[in-house]
Amino acid sequence: MKSHVWRPLFVVIGIVLLILIARQFLVPKDFGIHERGYMYGWYKKSNEEYWKTKIAVKYKSAEYCKDCHSDKYAMIMQTPHAIIQCENCHGPAMEHPSDPPKLAIDKSRAQCLRCHYPLPYPTSGRANIRGIDPEKHNPDVECSMCHNPHKPKIGGTK
Amino acid sequence: MINRRDFLKNAVKGIAGLALPLAAIEIVSPRKLFAAKGETGKESKIRWAFLVDTYKCVGCGLCVKACKLENEVPYDANVTRTWVERYVLTKDGRVFADTPKGARDGFTTSKIDLGEGKFQDIKKDDIQKAFFVPKLCNQCENPPCVQVCPVGATYQAPDGVVLVDRKWCIGCGYCIMACPYGVRFFHPVYKVAEKCNFCYHRITKGLKTACVQACPFGARMIGNIKDPNDPVSRIIRNERVSVLKDEYGTRPQVYYIGISREVI
Ligand code: HEC
Ligand code: HEC
Ligand code: HEC
Ligand code: HEC
Repeated sequence: MKSHVWRPLFVVIGIVLLILIARQFLVPKDFGIHERGYMYGWYKKSNEEYWKTKIAVKYKSAEYCKDCHSDKYAMIMQTPHAIIQCENCHGPAMEHPSDPPKLAIDKSRAQCLRCHYPLPYPTSGRANIRGIDPEKHNPDVECSMCHNPHKPKIGGTK
Repeated sequence: MINRRDFLKNAVKGIAGLALPLAAIEIVSPRKLFAAKGETGKESKIRWAFLVDTYKCVGCGLCVKACKLENEVPYDANVTRTWVERYVLTKDGRVFADTPKGARDGFTTSKIDLGEGKFQDIKKDDIQKAFFVPKLCNQCENPPCVQVCPVGATYQAPDGVVLVDRKWCIGCGYCIMACPYGVRFFHPVYKVAEKCNFCYHRITKGLKTACVQACPFGARMIGNIKDPNDPVSRIIRNERVSVLKDEYGTRPQVYYIGISREVI
């Protein structure tokens, strides 16, 4: 057969070869099929490391605060509020006290109402927490005016 | 006219020509490569699973708040990796469910958010059952979101957690549509698919997830289902637990205590 009939085929083969060569350079070495097979495990292996190491741990738990704020820690542990992590009311510790030097203090009524708004739902633990009606229970002032959140009993340390 | 000699010649050439590029194109299976490097074969000793006790949940939403801050999900955007739903079932058989802002600020009113600015208060005496249901990614054993990804940007790690490669994701949104549980969304900053990954940066360091740590009532637990002595895996084995949308065959790995069939 005459060569001009073959020419388009050569062009196609050339393009395929180019793609195969480019693929060698463009596709990362660790991209491929891993433990979970083609259907669930076709990915770039090193991305696991990204999620393991590149995200900062921001919430440190009450044990982290224990040594420096021992008074608050010891106080709250005597009360029913012992179950609440400090960071739930003060925000994530991150690298506190170096960064940020001070943590926020959430004094909003809404913060306390998360648990103390009365919802008498059967089969939910919510029904067991004493609630107050925010419209009747000393409205317009912060709860911490009268209750110490670290020692919520009336007459706590205030 | 083609004679027999030419026909045979061309046939041999043609077959050889066909076979050659096929052999050249056959790419070494990466799985074989990794097997040679000893990566497969040794199965992971960890399979993360989650347990939610809906009797204990009070709907304070502190888990949602902690999750958003820990995982840098924009706080005021109406997207979240985990959320808490409130179910109120009345004596006359009606079902109400809401999750205002994903319960980021908890439930501080008895009025049910019906959407479109409408609210409904239900009298205490009309309530048959009412409870809170925390939701998060089920890290399915057969994740449909992973199957549909056209580029291999979302995958299941050897310990069962489904992750998203933020550099590889093209943002096509197939996975968001494929998830039967609606846990995936677009990250407003990275513009890629985003989902709960059991705080992978924490669990792989031996910490609890942010939501588990933040929960004051122990309603959320995480554990390794492959460890027979793990408290979570004991409860899942020995007690009556259920999963969401079992009939989909996704084999979800978030187990619930105390939900009824109204929970979807
Ligand atoms: C290494 C010691 C250290 C640790 C650990 C630490 N803090 Fe602090 N914290 C400080 C110091 C120092 C200040 C600054 C006090 C000041 O300037 O009055 C501070 C300030 C604060 C403030 C602001 C007080 C104010 O008067 O405005 C809060 C709230 C706070 N810390 C909470 C926490 C919580 C919650 C934790 C645990 C997650 C924690 N801290 C862990 C040392 C520490
Ligand atoms: C229920 C929410 C809540 C929890 C839980 C909580 N705090 Fe506080 N915290 C507050 C509020 C509200 C104030 C402000 C009190 C005030 O204005 O008198 C405060 C004030 C503080 C202050 C600074 C002000 C002061 O009085 O010296 C520190 C330090 C502090 N908390 C540490 C902690 C630590 C450490 C823990 C955990 C052991 C903790 N808090 C748990 C709500 C909370
Ligand atoms: C995470 C849920 C939660 C949050 C948030 C919370 N509390 Fe409580 N509180 C409880 C629980 C649980 C109890 C113990 C059950 C009870 O006494 O009803 C309690 C008890 C109390 C009591 C009664 C203490 C007693 O011994 O008589 C007061 C007062 C109180 N809380 C005030 C507050 C204030 C003020 C805030 C906001 C700074 C707050 N609570 C935030 C869960 C919470
Ligand atoms: C002006 C002071 C004051 C303020 C502000 C205040 N309380 Fe109280 N609270 C009291 C006193 C006094 C009592 C005990 C007498 C009573 O039961 O009314 C009490 C009782 C309570 C109780 C126990 C109720 C029971 O049934 O035993 C809770 C819970 C409580 N308060 C939560 C709150 C919360 C949450 C806020 C903020 C939204 C708040 N309080 C604001 C003074 C205050």
